[in-house]
Amino acid sequence: MEVLLFGIAKDIVGRSSWYPNEGDETPATVSELKERLKKSFPEFGKLTSLAVAVNSEYAEDSVSLGQNDEIAIIPPVSGG
Amino acid sequence: MDKNIIIEIVGDIDVAKVYSELSHPRSGGICVFFGAVREFTQSEEVIALEFETYKNMALKEMDKIAKEAVEKWDLNKVVIRHAVGKKKVEEPVVVVGASSAHRDGCFEACRFLIDTLKKRVPIWKKEIFKNKKVWVSAHP
Repeated sequence: MEVLLFGIAKDIVGRSSWYPNEGDETPATVSELKERLKKSFPEFGKLTSLAVAVNSEYAEDSVSLGQNDEIAIIPPVSGG
Repeated sequence: MDKNIIIEIVGDIDVAKVYSELSHPRSGGICVFFGAVREFTQSEEVIALEFETYKNMALKEMDKIAKEAVEKWDLNKVVIRHAVGKKKVEEPVVVVGASSAHRDGCFEACRFLIDTLKKRVPIWKKEIFKNKKVWVSAHP
């Protein structure tokens, strides 16, 4: 499972994508993914907000993640 | 896509073309907002802003916002265009605009377009100061 990273998320991880299944089980839901991310990179816990997009739509914590989904971490947005 | 809605992410914003994009025979009012790079953030001098985006999703969100506005204010035309890359002081970074039969609709819609874009569209801005770089709004 590949997770796309943008903005400060990319800086925290140090890459533009992250593989949460490396040597572990794949997160099954958005909330599991967020927990895994905060455990691997505690800096994410300090952000103003943390959202996840599944197939380029904001996804609630309960949404399931599939192998073919496009998944992205959305740190606090600041356009405009 | 609706031909009366223009959604774009571009390298540079052409400030001149937005009037003709919003002009419409049934529109008596056209309202436009430009966002630009400001020189100071809390008295610290900004050298430039750098924008990045998750493009597929940003275009999708911008389109949803435009459609919500058309529905709510009976607009004839809508433009939402954001720039990415490095922008210097005074350069435009975003333009939103709407046209409607009377001015009330397009004024209200214009405010909604920029406020909602700032809340929802996955675009990130880094402020570049003389000796540091900061992702805007990332931390409380």
